[in-house]
Amino acid sequence: MSASFRFAVNVLPKPGILDPQGRAVESSLGHLGIAGVSAVRVGRRIELTVEAADEAAARSIVDRLATELLSNPLIEAWSVELQMATSSTSSTASTSGGKASR
Amino acid sequence: MTRVGVVVFPGSNCDRDTLHAVALVGAEPVALWHEQASLDGVAAVILPGGFAYGDYLRAGVIARFSPVMRAVTDFAAAGGLVLGICNGFQVLAEAGLVPGALLRNRDLRFLGRDVHVAPERLDTPFTRALERRRALRLPIAHGEGCYFADAATLDALERDGQVLFRYVRPDGLAAEEDDRAANPNGSLRAIAGVMNTRGNVAGLMPHPERASEAILGSDDGLAIIRSFVDAAGERHTAGERRPTRAPAGVGAR
Repeated sequence: MSASFRFAVNVLPKPGILDPQGRAVESSLGHLGIAGVSAVRVGRRIELTVEAADEAAARSIVDRLATELLSNPLIEAWSVELQMATSSTSSTASTSGGKASR
Repeated sequence: MTRVGVVVFPGSNCDRDTLHAVALVGAEPVALWHEQASLDGVAAVILPGGFAYGDYLRAGVIARFSPVMRAVTDFAAAGGLVLGICNGFQVLAEAGLVPGALLRNRDLRFLGRDVHVAPERLDTPFTRALERRRALRLPIAHGEGCYFADAATLDALERDGQVLFRYVRPDGLAAEEDDRAANPNGSLRAIAGVMNTRGNVAGLMPHPERASEAILGSDDGLAIIRSFVDAAGERHTAGERRPTRAPAGVGAR
């Protein structure tokens, strides 16, 4: 029986990789009169739905997508969150801490 | 006549300039559509500049998975000559055919201006028609041209002679990495172009095809196109795509 899984994939520049967008955001904070905010990093979030037999199968598809397409492993790290799982018999919503950044 | 293919992705915008430059040095230019799975028997392939598939997600990544890139990957694996210019370099990097990645320019701005680059070596299929290591004036036009690789990879590239071009000062002297005038995108070690370990696939950010006739303000780029076409012609008449003399050692992907 297959089920439907809604994931979010978060992609961020790896630590140490120059992130000029994060730096630009950080440098604008002074204009808002905000102090004490640092280490701003700007990344990307991709949400997608996967049909698969179970969560493990769905996650393996998302992991492959994240590695081969959604991120460039040379410069970016990614993590996956499961937002919602819907089986054909019952509807359950669950949130997972997801896979840690690699 | 040597047939040189130029891939046309949706969003390519230097394909016609590149086809023209290929014809200028006496080759027969052949446009290769991104959906075709064959390279029509061309002797060499150029991936031109532009914004393939809108550069969505990351510059070059969607193009990497197109049917024509499968053929280009096989062609490169067989020793065929491949040159990526600007967006073409980004596609090659995303495909892992040349080492490293192209990051957002250090100062975030899209840069459309002339730069100076100098070849690191003249014994490659991409630089052999250059007379000496003088500065070439070539245009750049990119938002993601900051060359990045980790320190170990950069060391390997330098050790193995895989650095093809570096940004230099107009007088031809080496530029520091933080020299914003000479190296405006912030490329690590001022690298403007690299080769794979085998020496048959190369990418560079500046546009030689946009500097291929005096009327364009510079024809410094024509010798790069000529190098590539001549090398392709020799391989073709030799009846096979022989691998070039590979630099010693192994580098990153």
